[in-house]
Amino acid sequence: MADISLNGHVHTITALVHDKPGVLARVAGLFSRRGFNISSLAVGHSETAGLSRMTFVVEGGDWVVEQVTKQLYKLIDVVRVTNISSESSVVREMALLKVKSNKDNRAEIMQIVDIFRAGIVDVGKDTVIVEVTGDEGKIDALIKLLQPFGVRETMRTGRIAMTRGGVAASTRQAAVPAAESAPDTEVVP
Amino acid sequence: MRLTGAQMVCESLVREGTDIMFGLPGGAILPLYQTLPEYPQLRHILVRHEQNAGHAADGYARASGKVGVAVATSGPGATNLVTPLATAMMDSVPVVAITGQVPRAAIGRDAFQETDTTGITLPITKHNYLVMDTADIPRIMSEAFHIARTGRPGPVLIDLPRDVLTESADFDYPEQVDLPSYKPTMEGHGQMIKRAAQLIAESQRPLLLVGHGAIISGAFAEVREIAEKAQVPVITTLLGIGSFSGEHILSMGMPGMHGQAYNNWAIDRADLIIGVGMRFDDRVTGRLSAFAPNAKVIHIDIDPAEVGKNVRVTVPIVGDAKRVLHALAKQVEQVSRPEWIAEIDALRSEHPLGPGQGGGLRPQHVVRELCTVTDGRAIVVTGVGQHQMWAAQHYVFKEPGSWITSGGLGTMGFEVPAAMGAAFAQPNRQVWSIAGDGGFQMTMSELATIVEHNVPVKFAVLNNNNLGLVRQLQDLFYGGSRVASGYTGNPDFVKIAEAYGIWAKHVTDEPQVRSAIEEAAAVDGPAIIDFHVEPEENVYPHVPAGESVFEMIESPAGHEALSWLT
Repeated sequence: MADISLNGHVHTITALVHDKPGVLARVAGLFSRRGFNISSLAVGHSETAGLSRMTFVVEGGDWVVEQVTKQLYKLIDVVRVTNISSESSVVREMALLKVKSNKDNRAEIMQIVDIFRAGIVDVGKDTVIVEVTGDEGKIDALIKLLQPFGVRETMRTGRIAMTRGGVAASTRQAAVPAAESAPDTEVVP
Repeated sequence: MRLTGAQMVCESLVREGTDIMFGLPGGAILPLYQTLPEYPQLRHILVRHEQNAGHAADGYARASGKVGVAVATSGPGATNLVTPLATAMMDSVPVVAITGQVPRAAIGRDAFQETDTTGITLPITKHNYLVMDTADIPRIMSEAFHIARTGRPGPVLIDLPRDVLTESADFDYPEQVDLPSYKPTMEGHGQMIKRAAQLIAESQRPLLLVGHGAIISGAFAEVREIAEKAQVPVITTLLGIGSFSGEHILSMGMPGMHGQAYNNWAIDRADLIIGVGMRFDDRVTGRLSAFAPNAKVIHIDIDPAEVGKNVRVTVPIVGDAKRVLHALAKQVEQVSRPEWIAEIDALRSEHPLGPGQGGGLRPQHVVRELCTVTDGRAIVVTGVGQHQMWAAQHYVFKEPGSWITSGGLGTMGFEVPAAMGAAFAQPNRQVWSIAGDGGFQMTMSELATIVEHNVPVKFAVLNNNNLGLVRQLQDLFYGGSRVASGYTGNPDFVKIAEAYGIWAKHVTDEPQVRSAIEEAAAVDGPAIIDFHVEPEENVYPHVPAGESVFEMIESPAGHEALSWLT
């Protein structure tokens, strides 16, 4: 019997959870004690009062995703877990970047910001704050282009994601249903 | 009905069928204790240490099938529950722990005896609650008991600030628990059960690996039916011992690190493993890549996260062991497997369980005599270590649910309070605690509680003046360098017993063993036998941690082969 493989890639998982004190600690604690690697985590209210939606970016193979999903389901406050990385989805992250700037280079910065469909939301004597939305690659690219001016501070939200089409993640069948599923084909030798 | 928070807790306990709880009071939980006289149907057993309250509740739960209840105060009271909660979590035991907390306004200010109890116990409970509103108590109590006892059982902790206990609110106990995000799957998937039956029919060399889940769900008749119908030998994991009669011709005993050697060889040859309510723990599998290399796997478990966690599964079935096996039994075909049974029998005679090296009093002999005197029908409780493995190997259980041991966490000292809890649960059965001298000294403070209530627990202390399994590991894998494993200052346990007014006896020779056990069994109340066993005795077989069956040391003669490891 072969060892279960841990290698793989990056997955986006969303979880609908009860908005109760301690739920973030439960989820974060689960990830750390099971040795799962989260590269980003975003939390906010969902469309239903009393429920929040979390988006995780998890690194690992199919075994990791399956275990993350199943272990999340064991938390009493977790309502639904969906792996949306394999589906057609919209992925966004927002960042605020404080960039050193003076009247000589402000126009040049604005030009770059425009190309990225980003915006300047604050202008100070020697800095501007740039607001940008997009996937991680776009934000990384903008930061790289602004680096020569001096990026003093960056603040990123972490990835949020939503599947395309009419069905909301909260009502759709979960990626790995808690139990009654046929076996994951990955698990069958 | 308007009640104080403390009254609400008591009312809820009564409604959940609690009749006994184990605890130790302190300031923050005192409002609950001062309310207890109003509820004479709730029996409270005052322990000497909160850890023992938790283990007693655990032993009570395992012996009764009901939810065990432990009570402690805030701060150190709550932290002393950490070990028993982790023990119950690992072994899927339904325990509800009720802890006091500092008043709400003091939370977060490092008040006297304040600790973040829900934070500390988060990874070692199935769920936990910090109650911030008295009106929430009935809902939380009903949820806690429901979560503890359903699905894969486990411990639930409820942390109650003192002022939440003293305030009053309307008490309205929910008739049903409303937890939409908690719905354990009970019935197995029909398609998967069908495939499992096919695999069993196609298999030439199948084995059942039956664990604690079969005992929790009470799947004894179902395990037996499938084993007999499809002629599948039954291996029981450490916590699965008792799920299948040890006297049955198809009963194989335990697998893994210290299981019967022939079981590991049988697993190596098997073409199908049917895991029932077990989790392919590392003590069972050894090195995963070498485990059951020729076998397909059917894995039946109520916890979906266990299926596919450690081994690759051909047919996963999530559901209650009893229900799944009931459905499976209907589809399993009656077959005979004379060749496989003959192969198993050959393995049994080639790799028998040794009787012990001898020299002094053999602990294996003590366990065998205990089994004979009690006719294999006692409730046997152990801690962790050599004594536990000898008990698991040599006591042949005739009745299900009679074996209580700290399996997953491996908690020393479990054997004293858990045996006490089991004796409260089953007052008409003999309860024997097979203890190590190390574990016994960790929790023997509970002898006082045992005396107070004249609990008829019998202790067989396998005393080798050693942390025996540590010493064995040092001898086998650390070149015999015995660091911090010898106990040179052990007390005279008979004198300890005398101090408590408990009947006790020293036993040093094998011919005295049986009569001493008979005498202890006849005592009306607790009894302690201090068996001075051979300190150099080892547990065989021994699969080195993380190794495969091929590295298994089956007997003392196997030591030389080990030189490459040390």
